Amino acid sequence: MPDAPGLELLAQDLRDVHADAVVGTEFFRGKGAIQIAPAAIDEVLAFLRGRGFAHLMSVHGVDYYPEEPRLGVQYEMLDREALDRLTVKLRVPLDAPSVPSVTPKWPTANHQEREVYDMFGVVFDGHPDLRRILMPEDYEGHPQRRDFPIGGEPVLFTVAEAAGKDYTMGADNKPKRAETES
Amino acid sequence: MSTTDVTPYRSGEERIDVTQRVQTLPAPPDQELLTLNMGPHHPATHGVLRLLVTLEAEVVRDLKPLIGYVHTGIEKTAEDKSYWKAIPVVERMDYLAYYFNAMAFCGATETLLDVEVPRRAQYLRVIHMELNRIMSHLVWLGTSMLDLGAVTVWWYCFRERETILDLFEQSSGQRMHTRYFQVGGVMEDIPAGFEGNLRKFLKKMPDAIDQYLDLLNRNEIALRRLRDTCPLDEQTLLDLGVTGPLLRASGNPWDLRKAMPYSSYEDFEFKIPVGTRGDNYDRFAVRMQEMKESVKIIEQAIDGLPEGPFITEDRKVALPPRHELATSMEALLHHFKLVTEGFRVPPGEVYYPIEGPRGEYGMFIRSDGSSKPARVHMRDPSFVNLQATEPMVRDAYIADLITTLAMMDPVLGGVDR
Repeated sequence: MPDAPGLELLAQDLRDVHADAVVGTEFFRGKGAIQIAPAAIDEVLAFLRGRGFAHLMSVHGVDYYPEEPRLGVQYEMLDREALDRLTVKLRVPLDAPSVPSVTPKWPTANHQEREVYDMFGVVFDGHPDLRRILMPEDYEGHPQRRDFPIGGEPVLFTVAEAAGKDYTMGADNKPKRAETES
Repeated sequence: MSTTDVTPYRSGEERIDVTQRVQTLPAPPDQELLTLNMGPHHPATHGVLRLLVTLEAEVVRDLKPLIGYVHTGIEKTAEDKSYWKAIPVVERMDYLAYYFNAMAFCGATETLLDVEVPRRAQYLRVIHMELNRIMSHLVWLGTSMLDLGAVTVWWYCFRERETILDLFEQSSGQRMHTRYFQVGGVMEDIPAGFEGNLRKFLKKMPDAIDQYLDLLNRNEIALRRLRDTCPLDEQTLLDLGVTGPLLRASGNPWDLRKAMPYSSYEDFEFKIPVGTRGDNYDRFAVRMQEMKESVKIIEQAIDGLPEGPFITEDRKVALPPRHELATSMEALLHHFKLVTEGFRVPPGEVYYPIEGPRGEYGMFIRSDGSSKPARVHMRDPSFVNLQATEPMVRDAYIADLITTLAMMDPVLGGVDR
């Protein structure tokens, strides 16, 4: 396990190669994480591959609502030789949520980036097939965002549709649930 | 009288060479491609998995898995519950590996809280996780052999699975989705009689595994469908992030229980079975041997089960014992606080990976300091492993696609969450 100084050394090496890549480091409960600028993700992962972290185990999204930049993507790196793990974290703002895709170089990220796109709306530039993966294709909104309401998923039945209303409509024929942003 | 006369129906046996198989067919030039929709309601897909298969005659040329049919928003639901009330929903992700889901979640929460789990609780967790691993592999073996047309094996597998579920019922009151693991330890100590029943099971299980192997290892149909079908090399598997028995079948002995031990796994002696060719037979054989190793681990854990508390003494995290409520005001307060609000967790982000029956179950939790997690995400091995289907079955027969899917053992509850 790299200790806190080891993490700083690694971050410093990374700064030497890519000056603007590192935004910060954090060491929490015995595990290190490097915060990076979104545009540098390709170079950072390539650098880490050279330093032994040759396996990308997980890509997942986080929503830091109400902080800005709000959306986060995290990459869990694994070194199978030194038995070591490291997290790479990046943050993007809600109004420009785009991150370069790592799928061309790390095939395992394919489905996982699609899931982050589906659940958080982070757009991965250069992804070969960026579509929704778990939610229906015509679904609006990104359900894992913190401001997406829980419960009350509308289900439209054909009989209600024929009558011109469904059960999400109140007596005044207005939607019971406020429309969420798409 | 020669032997051929005695068994005329087996006269062709010597001519069957299971190592010789046609993997790629040179396609006739006028073959056209056919896109076939398999699933979502197809018995051989082990759940609601839909595959869009492009066929050239009987050969698979392309495949796209379409998932999301059992997406129930478990991660979102868990974010709306206090930590200890989220355990039951998290358990339902990969419904064959509920102890592992709970372990990943509790482990991540304990890391955030910096709570130490007593040794007895760690051993009890190991016993239940390994029983769960055997149970999961038994369901896999039974259903996948059903796909290959061997109905008998299923009955034998479910006979042993029943014994394991009875043990779960004895220790926690539930047969499935037991919610036995608690943040800081386990819910209850094992009851009297559990150890005896467990030892009876451990004595019987290795013979039972040999029995399954007797049914299959000399079965022409099973062997011809498994041997040398749909192999995939180690490097491709690593690039695709595949973990668990699928990776070990290709010869890579990566197992988190050995490599980066958690929950006292470093105390136990066991071997990691690996394959040599990475074909479907190796995937089958690795899991069969894994069950035997699990039996060994449980034996060591029950023999060396330490005395002591089964859950942490930290009253801010674990419920006080029932008898204290009648006499201690403080215990009553703690009880009330835990049941109504739950415990608060210091802010931070943790990724807690463990080795489950299908590979790496990695639980990511972000805490914002409140009593509910701000983000729960499971890196489910079925979800990641599913990406390897296409490279495995490309240019193989469609019959081998069924076999490969069975040997991949995806659990769609885990894929879709």
